[in-house]
Amino acid sequence: MYSDILIVGAGVMGCALARELGRYEATVTVLERGHDVAEGASKANSGIVHAGFDAAPGSLKAKLNVEGAKMMPALCAQLGVPYRQNGALVVAYSQRERRTLEALLERGRQNGVSGLEMLEREALLALELNANPEAVCALHAPTSGIVSPYELTYALADHAAVCGAAFRFNAPVERIERAGGLWRAIVGGEVYRCGVLILCAGADGVRLREFAGGRGMRLIPRRGQYVLLDRPDKLPFERTMFMCPTERGKGALVAPTVHGNVLLGPSAEDISDAEDTATTAAGLEGVLEACRKTWPGLSVRSAVTNFSGVRAHEEHGDFVIGRLAENAYEAAGIESPGLSAAPAAARMLAGQIAREQGLSLRARVPMAPAREKPFSEMTDEERGEAVRRDPLHGRIVCRCEMVTEAEIRAAIRRPVGATSVDGVKRRTRAGMGRCQGGFCSPRVMEILAQEWGVPMTEVTKSGSGSRLLTGTIREAMKRIGEEEEKR
Amino acid sequence: MNRTVNRDVVIVGGGPAGLAAAIAARESGVSSLTVIERESAPGGILRQCIHSGFGLHRFSEELTGPEYAQRDIERVAGLGIEILCGTTALHVGGDRRVSCVSAERGLVTYEAKAVVLAMGCRERPRGALGTPGTRCAGVYTAGTAQRLINLEGFMPGRRAVILGSGDIGLIMARRMTLQGAKVLACVELMPYSSGLTRNIVQCLEDFDIPLLLSHTVVDIKGRGRLTGVTVAKVDAQRKPIPGSEIEFACDTLLLSVGLIPENELSRGAGVTLSPATGGPVVDDGLETAVPGIFSCGNVLHVHDLVDHVSREGFAAGRAAAAFARGERRAAQSVPVLDGENVRGVVPQSIRVGEARAVELMFRPAGVYRRAAAVVACGGREIYRKRAPIFTPGEMASLTLPAQAVAALEREAVVVSIEEE
Repeated sequence: MYSDILIVGAGVMGCALARELGRYEATVTVLERGHDVAEGASKANSGIVHAGFDAAPGSLKAKLNVEGAKMMPALCAQLGVPYRQNGALVVAYSQRERRTLEALLERGRQNGVSGLEMLEREALLALELNANPEAVCALHAPTSGIVSPYELTYALADHAAVCGAAFRFNAPVERIERAGGLWRAIVGGEVYRCGVLILCAGADGVRLREFAGGRGMRLIPRRGQYVLLDRPDKLPFERTMFMCPTERGKGALVAPTVHGNVLLGPSAEDISDAEDTATTAAGLEGVLEACRKTWPGLSVRSAVTNFSGVRAHEEHGDFVIGRLAENAYEAAGIESPGLSAAPAAARMLAGQIAREQGLSLRARVPMAPAREKPFSEMTDEERGEAVRRDPLHGRIVCRCEMVTEAEIRAAIRRPVGATSVDGVKRRTRAGMGRCQGGFCSPRVMEILAQEWGVPMTEVTKSGSGSRLLTGTIREAMKRIGEEEEKR
Repeated sequence: MNRTVNRDVVIVGGGPAGLAAAIAARESGVSSLTVIERESAPGGILRQCIHSGFGLHRFSEELTGPEYAQRDIERVAGLGIEILCGTTALHVGGDRRVSCVSAERGLVTYEAKAVVLAMGCRERPRGALGTPGTRCAGVYTAGTAQRLINLEGFMPGRRAVILGSGDIGLIMARRMTLQGAKVLACVELMPYSSGLTRNIVQCLEDFDIPLLLSHTVVDIKGRGRLTGVTVAKVDAQRKPIPGSEIEFACDTLLLSVGLIPENELSRGAGVTLSPATGGPVVDDGLETAVPGIFSCGNVLHVHDLVDHVSREGFAAGRAAAAFARGERRAAQSVPVLDGENVRGVVPQSIRVGEARAVELMFRPAGVYRRAAAVVACGGREIYRKRAPIFTPGEMASLTLPAQAVAALEREAVVVSIEEE
């Protein structure tokens, strides 16, 4: 199979890039080893659109974070992705930490972050009633925001797909070769040929870039564990609450999510296996202990789940974005603030590729597919109207998050639609609530089986190897009958 | 425009509690009555409980769950009561307006004179336990597995470990085994089981399934599908003891780690909830803190036996009917409090000035042998009931005689368990 441009990796970076390249006259294919987009770090991170005061002035991280954060509100509005500019506070508990905040403030000003201010203890406690009264002061960043990272990635992928990008899932690239002036990516028995190769492969990028002659990069898989709390009647914090950063990173945060849950985490553990997204007792306890400093009133009684994500930490600490070899490009080391920076990074890299490859702009770029307002957010009038339009809106499948059958079917039928129970969950929130899919998962499995025309027994939680059922009762009874006969 | 409909009584939930409330309300003379049921058929969780053991108290017979439900469904049908299936109540207002949605009727708001909340409960999921590990396929709550097997006709796995010895977990240990799966162990955090003794005998002992008390699952392994769990012994503080780990290779972990009354709608109505039961705070007529809104069954507090759920449903239905007729009870009431060794007494208050017997139900906080449940008022014992054993796995109850209730004035009633 040939395409003008081949992108390896369908995380937020790969999908943003595929969407940007949709503006040009070129065929685009995206290869993803997972079964869906956003299967790596893009689905399991803090979902923060950082203001941009962390990164060293002059670094790519600083530049793209600030630019990306500025693009985010309009981008999310255009794509129909939940985003909220809720502001952030970095809290200091000692004079030494105050000096760190002062340095951050200065850094932020150099990076062009607007609205930064230092708040003394009283001002902090007036702003956030649940903050720790032992705090000395806090850095306030009003432009910081929150976004649903996987919903952003799905929406970017959907828009890329309507612009013509082809997505291939369960397609791990084994090796890359250069032949006849083209790049060839080998996936199982298949060969994907392309004029231009772009690696956005997260932690797997180091291995792949070596096929294109890339040397001397070391990515360290860094695992972050999180605890998610149920939606409280009233959020404990309106803003994202950061600890004072150390050389180990930004530390654990306490943040509201765009859906009104409370997120605690991440930990930061360097691990050897980039695919080890297990949580550990020690890791979770560490997160809770750190978060109790920020939020002394923390109770985990309302925890709904815990999870972890692995980010690709680059040894030298900056993004590596640009040309890798002849007709080959990369976006590597995309750790925090990678989500915030992705829109700007994709625009920058797509622009560079278009210039160097002489791509011409398309006369007409398709609009992003419209996304209906979630049923749970509608007024009763709108709900009545929605059921009249499509009676399947009258069937509530997920009671905790109020998700309708019509919404689940729509999520499966989207340009890059859900193929698994987790895919439905992240696109619709069915199963995200306090019962964690206890009631709705059998129904979601049934709808997936119907929509994809497969038996229920082939439905997976999260792609191959994760089947939810081991067979039918009919088969089980037959087996028991046969065994009894033998006896 | 959405439709608005007037009703004397609206019952949210068509499980055993809601069906009993509907029957009692109709038999108390309520003609304008609707039951809202989100599933495609009434009966609630009984529909998937195909084992027997239901109805021993109420019918003096051992019925399966569907058989038990069918008796109420037929009575409801015989009484001509309207049940709207496939209909989800979206919110209940403190003004007793109930908004519902269904594919057939769209969004309809019922304005009711009285509302009975009978939404049942849900299972505590993995996330609430904070168990670490991977997020692989093969981890189910016991009730979800039960639904898959008994209603959908699918096997959720072949080799299972069960965490929690609640009744559904015990029932599922037997069910999985009968369907040819291997159940390796039932693991219980506490030093005692929270399930009924008869279920431990009939579901574990009869099938040689070990019950590991004071143990818990400390790790869940597997990238795609579950490949195994690590189980460890716990100390008196319920913390895992290092070095006591046992590995089980399995493809399924079933969780039976508690039931939580499902009160999102109640909260929206402004009903006060009890931290001890997770359900609404009610008086001896099962009326919540919001006048005209009643509650019964597992949404009020989690029961062990459906027979008791039905009895509570009948009581709520009668009370709702009386309220809809315009009858009002004494404004003054005395609180009923949890005393020593007792958790979650229901009701939480008794209206004064009526001479009628009141049943108090509660959970023992631990295992007590040769003990007595003692009711005190103003520091004076007013009732005592002895029992050979109290355990958290079996709801305890006592009936305060009419004479004692009539004597209540202002001081709180305290229920405790004393070891004798």
